[in-house]
Amino acid sequence: MSTQQPLIFSEIDEPGLNTIDVYRRRGGYGERLRKALTMPPEALVEELKASGLRGRGGAGFSMGMKASFMPKGTMDKYLVCNADESEPGTFKDRELMQKIPHLLIEGMIIAAYAAGANRAFIFIRGEYVQQADILDAALVEAYDAGLLGENILGTSFGLSLAVHRGAGAYICGEETGLLDSLEGKRGNPRLKPPFPANQGLYQGPTLINNVETLATVPLIVEMGGAEYAKIGAEGSTGTKLISISGNVQRPGNYEIELGMSSRDIIYGLAGGPDEGREIKLWFPGGSSSPVLTADDLDLPYDFNTLAKAGSMLGSGAIIVVDDTNSVVDVCLWLAEFYRHESCGKCTPCREGTNWTVKMLERIQSGLATPMDLDIMASVQEQIIGNCLCVLGDAMAMPVGSMVAKFRDEFEAHIEAARAANELVPGDEPAPELALLQGAVA
Amino acid sequence: MPDVKRFSHGSRVPGWDEKVDLSKDPQEIPDPATTPVPAELRAEIEHHIAKYPDRRSAAIPALAAAQELHGWCSPEAFVQVACVMRLTPAYLIAVASFYDMLDTTPAGHKRVYVCTNISCSLRGGRKLLGELQDAVGDDPDVQVRGFECLGACDIAPMASINGIFVGPIESGEVAELAQQVRDGADPLPAKQLLKRPSADPHANSKAYETAGTDFATTEAEIDRPAPGGSPLPAEPSSFGTPMGHEDPEDTP
Repeated sequence: MSTQQPLIFSEIDEPGLNTIDVYRRRGGYGERLRKALTMPPEALVEELKASGLRGRGGAGFSMGMKASFMPKGTMDKYLVCNADESEPGTFKDRELMQKIPHLLIEGMIIAAYAAGANRAFIFIRGEYVQQADILDAALVEAYDAGLLGENILGTSFGLSLAVHRGAGAYICGEETGLLDSLEGKRGNPRLKPPFPANQGLYQGPTLINNVETLATVPLIVEMGGAEYAKIGAEGSTGTKLISISGNVQRPGNYEIELGMSSRDIIYGLAGGPDEGREIKLWFPGGSSSPVLTADDLDLPYDFNTLAKAGSMLGSGAIIVVDDTNSVVDVCLWLAEFYRHESCGKCTPCREGTNWTVKMLERIQSGLATPMDLDIMASVQEQIIGNCLCVLGDAMAMPVGSMVAKFRDEFEAHIEAARAANELVPGDEPAPELALLQGAVA
Repeated sequence: MPDVKRFSHGSRVPGWDEKVDLSKDPQEIPDPATTPVPAELRAEIEHHIAKYPDRRSAAIPALAAAQELHGWCSPEAFVQVACVMRLTPAYLIAVASFYDMLDTTPAGHKRVYVCTNISCSLRGGRKLLGELQDAVGDDPDVQVRGFECLGACDIAPMASINGIFVGPIESGEVAELAQQVRDGADPLPAKQLLKRPSADPHANSKAYETAGTDFATTEAEIDRPAPGGSPLPAEPSSFGTPMGHEDPEDTP
């Protein structure tokens, strides 16, 4: 197991760490912030590029590159922190904002300076009421200390920062859906390009980053980009907060060095499934990532390895499903979520998620034929890549991977459930069943 | 196969067979002179509007505030928010209907969301939802509903009671929780998320509990500037002059 000490979660449970006093005593808002604000913004962006920091929200895009796309000039620019953590299985940002909110605020000050933004928003999901209250209190402290507002630390740089609470919609975690929601509209994703770096919030250049990404920025400034890049694996530098949940004995957030073995994470840190059970499948990066099986447990946990294995690191949320669960149930729960959360703007996603749920319900209740599996797989293919955002893909990829990897189990379930529906002589057939039998005959 | 609920006219869409009334005016922004808005609600909405460059951005926080006051986003609530925000009620209805936490039909103002996503379902979230709905019964003040991932899979199965995250909830605790919800009491205080320490064994050395370490600095030892003074000690010279304060004669 790696010897890397936690960076973000270091002494995370210290009492009062959510207050500015304790945070400052630990070096927060200190020399590293002063150092960042006296560097030229371009040098800061270079430092971020050198660190190799990849976005922690799901897409894994280089943070430094993203910041460098911001145009130069004196127009209104914005920084938005994506704290709409809705990916099923993900809860790392929640703990971060709740326990060390000032690290996020400090990261946002530095990132806004690097991007040339003078206005910033934290878009937090509406369900996180307590965390938003903590952030609001932290903002007041930061304003009172002169760390936000005009002339931060005596420089000419000023930043206004506000917390914006959402009201419950998964799609608002998609960056352009988030921007529409922040503008007070329905959270429908926009066509890209133009990308937010050119036309984002209020049509101004906008840098959008995840909570964990922004919270890592002060640590990179302190260590230096090159030093940070020494942690982790090639192409996946640094430490990562991962959320482990599902059938494990010790669910929770852990900070790991990227490149750690998946087995060490699931069995070593989280204790694996309960005694006597085996892992059937696991999602390596939230419910949107294609599933992996027990055979893949020795893969190093980093962006590139998981991508090569046909899945993705995503938001770093591992969901473990053990062998007492039916893959049909898991697949249906998953598809129901995406059907509910599809915003309805693009037809392949709106209809595809709906029909996938309907077909899975037929499979579950024994009204399906094995042919339905092929139809369902073809629906998934027609969703992928055909919508403005990746919500539909986020259902299609895991459903497709489950059908591909557990086809035997799906077929066995179809047969077993159909046999269970067979008529006892004398009973009236259920109307749906009679319809189906009529169609088959 | 689930039953599809339909209206008597055969469609699932309400009022689809109603004729368009072309003599009706387009919806207008409510007139402040004739629309009474509670002063507190007005102040809160104006506070939110001030946070953004565009007032429309305040739509969601304003609707949430109105919902807090009225219990749900009632037609009256929409008119009041529209009046303060200078928007049409229709715009706000369109926005509110998109979001799960804004109720556009009458619903109990004590909101219990039970997570039914994968991680919670694997640990009995759907069973918990049924048990909690049965235990609460027909209380018009309380709404218990299944909700998509609430971002607390570490305490699965869990529920959000008016924004307070509680879990893991055992079957034996459901009756107690239901009573606390009805009474408006603090829900299962020992199981609240905010009291839960980090799961990561490497995160905490507990050094802050030991005297004589960096972490154990007492409140009195913190070097804090006097009130009203500079927020931070003077800047160290090694970092040079802050941006915007360069001496123009120094630049070549």
